[in-house]
Amino acid sequence: MKQIVVLGSGLAGYSVIRELRKLDRDIPVTLVTRDSGDYYSKPMLSNAFAQGKDAAGLVLTRAADMAAQLGITLLAKTEVQAIDRANKKLATTAGELAYDRLVIALGADPIRIPVQGDAADAVMSVNDIADYAQLRKSVQGVAHITIMGGGLIGCEFANDWATAGYKVSVVDPGPYPLASLMPEQAGRQLLAPLAEIGVDWHFGTSVSRVDRHENGYTLTLADGTQLQTDLVLSAVGLRPRIALAQAAGLAVNRGIKVDASLRSSDAAIFALGDCAEIEGKVQPFVLPIMNAARALAKTLAGEETPVVFPAMPVVVKTPAHPVAVLPVARDAVGNWQLRANSDGVKMAFLDADARMSGFVLTGRYAAERNEMSKLLGQPLPAGTSHEAKV
Amino acid sequence: MKVWQCVVCGFIYDETKGLPEEGIKPGTKWADIPENWACPDCGVAKADFEMIEV
Repeated sequence: MKQIVVLGSGLAGYSVIRELRKLDRDIPVTLVTRDSGDYYSKPMLSNAFAQGKDAAGLVLTRAADMAAQLGITLLAKTEVQAIDRANKKLATTAGELAYDRLVIALGADPIRIPVQGDAADAVMSVNDIADYAQLRKSVQGVAHITIMGGGLIGCEFANDWATAGYKVSVVDPGPYPLASLMPEQAGRQLLAPLAEIGVDWHFGTSVSRVDRHENGYTLTLADGTQLQTDLVLSAVGLRPRIALAQAAGLAVNRGIKVDASLRSSDAAIFALGDCAEIEGKVQPFVLPIMNAARALAKTLAGEETPVVFPAMPVVVKTPAHPVAVLPVARDAVGNWQLRANSDGVKMAFLDADARMSGFVLTGRYAAERNEMSKLLGQPLPAGTSHEAKV
Repeated sequence: MKVWQCVVCGFIYDETKGLPEEGIKPGTKWADIPENWACPDCGVAKADFEMIEV
């Protein structure tokens, strides 16, 4: 049978199947996942705490219901060990599985920074719903939490837990929050609003040691500061899962290399989501995945469709000071210009031709992302808007 | 009045509150939101929303 096999039951894997089923109910599809196959929203992992949700409460649709709704065969709790490309077969913990076309949507692993100390192995990370369940178990009796990493996930967790009543310390070697996404003036807007709800910031340093102390831990930072804490969470970034593809001889770089049609160096194998490097770019976050899933579904249904990404602002869920950002490439040529700054900032990145190619909106401006997206590629009037008090 | 949730990112639409910043008035029923509307957080289409109990 000419079946499509999808590896991974995260947003990427399920979205491509959901989109494919809108176009074709008949192509046989098998989904292989090492997880339970329950469908949940990963972005909610970093804002479910304050809502008091446990892991079961985050499941939107049970695995069996997903399989029935989508008309697929679901192999849960199953690991894929190898891809035999010559014979188009997978070796799995549930036996051999033949594919006609293969979609790799295996996601990414949390990056772990090595630390010293007798409790170094107690550092947690939350990358899936099972990790979240573990975290919920670990917070019994906890009053103070330390987060390694002040990026998007670190800031979202910090806001969520502070709202839930925990004291939170954030430790990051960078100079200010969200430093990889936006200029300093914008990132610094988060400092005071999060401090007000109980977040204590430590920038320009990192965690060197984690040692047990009474019921919690003593953290030693690189700058010599010591912190007493009850739980340590690492949120320093993700690394695409490429081992399976690499072992099968597919072209990989940081992620699995695919073209605009999400096709790898093997014409029968596709990749999307956090494990994929699309035309040289790993594009995490939700919007790129949804766009890639729609395009790939069309290609799989028979209509070759390269993905075209629209402007995809990233929303940082920090209710204490909301943020929406359309980041620019690290090597982009141009300038950040402040357009307005009262209770937050509105900043635009103007390229060499004075056209807007990125923006950041914080605080009360965060809701204007659709209006700002419409101005992309256009020249902005010189100077700042009337609201600006620079 | 009901509450709806985006299956992709968890965004919540509360009919009582509407989405005034997107031009959707408080009290707007889910059924009355245009089909071309998309979740402001993740961009999924209206058809991908799932209702949650209130």
